[in-house]
Amino acid sequence: MQTLNGQVPDSLTEKLKTPNHLSNPFLVIEDVSKVYPTASGSYTVLEGVNLTVYEGEFVCVIGHSGCGKSTLLDMVSGFRKPTDGEVRLQTKKITQPGPDRMVVFQNYSLLPWLTAFENVYLGVDSVYPDKPKAEKVKIVQEHLAMVGLTEAANKKPPQLSGGMKQRVSIARALAIRPQVLILDEPFGALDAITKEELQEELLKIWRGNRVTVLMITHDIDEALFLADRLVMMTNGPAAKIGEILDIPFSRPRDRAQIMEDPEYYNLRNYALDFLYRRFAHDNE
Amino acid sequence: MAPNTDSRPNLGNSAGKYLLEKLQQQSKNIVPPAIALFLFLAAWQILVSGPGATLPGPIKVVADTWDLIINPFMESGEDKGLGWQTLASLQRVAIGYSLAALIGILVGVVIGANNVLYKAVDPLFQVLRTVPPLAWLPIALAIFQNSGPAGIFVIFITAIWPIIFNTAVGVQQMPQDYKNVARVLRLSRQKYFFKILLPSIVPYMFSGLKIGIGLAWLAIVAAEMLRGDSGIGFFIWNSYNSSNNSEVILALVYIGVVGLLLDKLVGYIATLVVQEDPK
Repeated sequence: MQTLNGQVPDSLTEKLKTPNHLSNPFLVIEDVSKVYPTASGSYTVLEGVNLTVYEGEFVCVIGHSGCGKSTLLDMVSGFRKPTDGEVRLQTKKITQPGPDRMVVFQNYSLLPWLTAFENVYLGVDSVYPDKPKAEKVKIVQEHLAMVGLTEAANKKPPQLSGGMKQRVSIARALAIRPQVLILDEPFGALDAITKEELQEELLKIWRGNRVTVLMITHDIDEALFLADRLVMMTNGPAAKIGEILDIPFSRPRDRAQIMEDPEYYNLRNYALDFLYRRFAHDNE
Repeated sequence: MAPNTDSRPNLGNSAGKYLLEKLQQQSKNIVPPAIALFLFLAAWQILVSGPGATLPGPIKVVADTWDLIINPFMESGEDKGLGWQTLASLQRVAIGYSLAALIGILVGVVIGANNVLYKAVDPLFQVLRTVPPLAWLPIALAIFQNSGPAGIFVIFITAIWPIIFNTAVGVQQMPQDYKNVARVLRLSRQKYFFKILLPSIVPYMFSGLKIGIGLAWLAIVAAEMLRGDSGIGFFIWNSYNSSNNSEVILALVYIGVVGLLLDKLVGYIATLVVQEDPK
């Protein structure tokens, strides 16, 4: 497959890949339920969630707040365990967090006493303790360069803007070569311009690394621009996957171009209809 | 070249201005306390100038203790200058407080990280920490049979509680985000301790250390007054027994100034270690 990359139009590559993918599910979420015991009985957050993600796919998850999107992703990252069912990565059951499923946290989660370089290095050093130091340094430098932060490598997070912090967080995540990259509303706190910039960078990085991405978002336009498939969750309690939209735009995507596509508005309206009419958030 | 020659007098001028401004700023900081101090001394002098006054006024204190003031490190037989006495006290504080810091931080980290353990020892520690420093002295003397180590023990047992509790709170307050990062990266215990845990609790630790040094200084003076053969507390008690109130007052000034300096020292170390958000 590697030889095909870049030489054959993406749409064709996807088509060539598809059969192989279907027979080789990469990340499988099977009959997953999550129930929390509370003072007034048990509370079911998720019930009977099934999702199969293929290698190299970019999947976005959307839904109202409280629908259990973060809980679902936490079970992929391993921070929580499903009450029923299981999550498997390449047939291996997920039981705890690990660097093969690296998370880009909502609030960046950088260590404020370490510089951008040290934050990324901590991950690389921990995941590849046996690599020589020079190589680890090189990996960190490459990934900081990839997100355009070479200049800011020696700055500490309090000196960085929100967008820069998120860039460090993405560099930290990718530098350890995860199999799955999990992003929990990574751009939610950023201004519109920074957000679009980072979306484009994320796509570029995703294409370059061929990492499998699972990302929570609140923003339909963001999902339509980024994702191969958009997973729409029903409302909680006992939320499940309502529908999965295939997003057919060819890659590499151009924001202006896809927004001119009438299909864009069909998908957008469909998703809006799902979220705001069929599963509108009732205000108690 | 013209701009250069132009800028020179300007530069000198602005430097002069800068100095003047600095001086004015400083004078704002110096003048009010100086006036307050003067009024305090004046009031003191007036209060003790009546007939039958039992305490010396500031002028008499200075006159009586002039030898001690100008010669803090004098030695004549049993008599030692206040400098020596202060150093003797500081040495005990240094030993007792260092032990308290080391063990306090370790215990604080352990009970902060383990909720069951914290709940188990919390009532016990809460009771022990309300015991006044001097109440420990008889026990310390019983254990060590010697006033030197006993004084050190009193400092240790007085300073350790705020260090333990503040460190434990720091560990408990550590943001979940940092723990999540450590878990997903599977950091080794050593890396977790030095790269994540320790830096994140440093601000809490230092607030405990700062309270601890103040208490330690209080404790040592009191302990030396009761059972001492050297130190500034011993000096006070000795002077009192020979009815030399001027010396007692001079020693109080020493204690106050040294206590303040100790507090500032720990505060200064804290600013070196604790990251400040440049915001």
